[in-house]
Amino acid sequence: MSGVGNPVESARQMAAAAQQQPTIWKHRHLLTLEDLTADEISLILDTAEAFSDVSKRSVKKVPALRGRVVANLFFEDSTRTRISFTLAAQRLSADVIDFTAKSSSVSKGETLRDTVRNIEAMGVDIIICRHGAAGATHLVAQNVSCSVINAGDGRHEHPTQGLLDIYTMRQNKGRVDGLKVAVVGDINNSRVARSNLHGLLKLGAEVTFVGPTTLVSRGFEKLGARVVHDFDSVIGEFDVINMLRVQRERISSNVFPSLQEYSRLFGLTNERLNRAKSDVLVMHPGPINRGVEMSGEVADGQRSVILDQVTNGLAVRMAVMFLCKQAGEADS
Amino acid sequence: MVNLAGRNLTIKGGRVIDPAQGLDQVADVAVEDGRIVGIDKAAKGGEEIDAKGLIVCPGLIDMHVHLREPGNEEEETIASGSAAAVAGGFTSIACMPNTEPVIDTEAMVEFIYRQAARADLCHVYPIGAVTKGRDGKELAEMGQMVRAGAVAFSDDGCGVASPSAMLRALQYVRMFDKVIIQHCEDPDLAGSGCMNAGVTATRLGLPGIPAIAEEAMIARDLMLAKNADTRYHVAHISTAGAVQLVREAKGRGIKVTTEVCPHHLLLTEESVTTYDTNYKMNPPLRSQKDIDACLDGVVDGTIDCLITDHAPHGREEKEDDFQNAPMGIIGLEMALGLFAKALVHSGRLDWPSLIQKMTVNPSRILGIPRGNLREGAYADITIIDPELEWTVDVESLKSKSRNCPYHGWQLKGRAVTTIVDGAVKHSLLAATA
Repeated sequence: MSGVGNPVESARQMAAAAQQQPTIWKHRHLLTLEDLTADEISLILDTAEAFSDVSKRSVKKVPALRGRVVANLFFEDSTRTRISFTLAAQRLSADVIDFTAKSSSVSKGETLRDTVRNIEAMGVDIIICRHGAAGATHLVAQNVSCSVINAGDGRHEHPTQGLLDIYTMRQNKGRVDGLKVAVVGDINNSRVARSNLHGLLKLGAEVTFVGPTTLVSRGFEKLGARVVHDFDSVIGEFDVINMLRVQRERISSNVFPSLQEYSRLFGLTNERLNRAKSDVLVMHPGPINRGVEMSGEVADGQRSVILDQVTNGLAVRMAVMFLCKQAGEADS
Repeated sequence: MVNLAGRNLTIKGGRVIDPAQGLDQVADVAVEDGRIVGIDKAAKGGEEIDAKGLIVCPGLIDMHVHLREPGNEEEETIASGSAAAVAGGFTSIACMPNTEPVIDTEAMVEFIYRQAARADLCHVYPIGAVTKGRDGKELAEMGQMVRAGAVAFSDDGCGVASPSAMLRALQYVRMFDKVIIQHCEDPDLAGSGCMNAGVTATRLGLPGIPAIAEEAMIARDLMLAKNADTRYHVAHISTAGAVQLVREAKGRGIKVTTEVCPHHLLLTEESVTTYDTNYKMNPPLRSQKDIDACLDGVVDGTIDCLITDHAPHGREEKEDDFQNAPMGIIGLEMALGLFAKALVHSGRLDWPSLIQKMTVNPSRILGIPRGNLREGAYADITIIDPELEWTVDVESLKSKSRNCPYHGWQLKGRAVTTIVDGAVKHSLLAATA
């Protein structure tokens, strides 16, 4: 770099220029939050806020994607995410088709590449893809020219879940910058945790991952998270506690001995919640194992915004589909 | 083998490097009837090759390749793999038994020799399976395979996980003076991993194969090999801890040898960031710390051999997602340039030391009569242009597969002529009268 100008001053000028110019969304796909800038994430949240009114009308539709086709391509089971994307697409007046394929395509003879090319050839504009393998949605995006939205790829990312979580925090706390957020549970195997981490860090929040040593790898510290294994020692610090689902199947891989022990150490009960900040937000991406990571009274309690998350998911997914489709059409 | 009686050749004025004899001098090499007849002599008549400015050394040996025949001939055959080998300067390759069916019988060993003779390009030495079907349970008929010409034994693709099966195998091969080549990866610790366990895997959400999966099996095997008092060879070493284990074991007199691939000297786990399956292999790409340890191991002699682990896979298979795509990359045609980049041009090793690890060292481990230029030896000779700059182009490869992360790489150093039993099997040099 040449030594021209004062770097602090030029950064200031650039920041001022950035504020004057509205952020322009230019991504055809949404695959990760890691690859987005803070401004781009904020733009999605602002767009979602504008769309959130649609759900409150008696006629819950806008014509933004009229005549466009959205394909749900789910290689892994999902109910709520698929329904949420379907409703979001319908509120934008798009036509929706469902494609469910249980296992990896190669064993059945057709490759993932062929599957998505075939679907695109039917005139699909947006593919919503969930797959059990990390990176699979990248592969899909490399092989089609329509928009691809990642609805969860293995343990990697689930960007719309991360966005709706952050949207819900912003809605309730009025800001994201400076928030202290705990994500508790099976972090290693969680795409929700990774999308929360990247999105929240970009917007200036502090992220603490809490869980047993076998489910929260130290490697996350290098990605910017704080890693804590004693929930009780830190519970009083947080503005938001996002509890993740733990799966009974993990016991067979010896990551914890029993659900009861897990619940004693990391479950969110009223007793434990009483030691948290009085205005802490309790979140959960669902589906909840009541009595395991969270007691029923906490899930249904005053600080829980779990159903708000579900409602906000619609607006966030409308925003994402709308922005990606616009960028895709501007490209071509 | 090929009958070359009456075919004579003199390679003139090259830098003759023969680590087996400690030879490094400008000289002529004379070949008559497929044998070396002397250094600084001329053959009676026959062709002459001008090797001024070039290195003349024993034919290179790659003791770890996968040729996919029988079973997956669309990915590679013994013929296409042999063509790739001679194009890369190799005159002998040893092929792993994880074919379909597995090379675990005398008949299968004979089949490999027959197909190699038909291809008539380079020597192909079969490595037999340690256990029947490579299932890790019952010993394969290693004695009969030795009689048919198997040069070593391995269940490569996976390790022999059972301690009792491994101990028995080590004890059993001692009576044939053959070596067990172990793919060191504890399957229980490796789980469903598909890349190195580390920050990159954490970030990408890909399940990791921890270094300890490799190191725990090596540590166990070293004790078993010591107990059985047998030779033991660690396949494709890849971690700093593994290099240290082998170094210490050698110091304690355990009969252990090992080998390393070019990618474990040149590429880190961060290459996986784009989910490009050409960076998926087993062992996986590790960290810079591991690369540094492997380079040190090559330099101090802990690592004996340089190998490719040439592992062809079809385009369709490699176009699957990263978790489900098969492991492995090809390497025969660019290995010499890659090793030169990692070791010679970086100033770590001189050419004689590099050539030693690609000739006499593997020939001793496998017990094959190749890898030197002594008078009377088989005339397997590779001529290397150490200054030749070239660009890797996967579309021009002799291998049937294209799963290679080095496309477009600029390399310096290439085999320009490959001579097998006195016959030129590959040459980039203009023909001379």
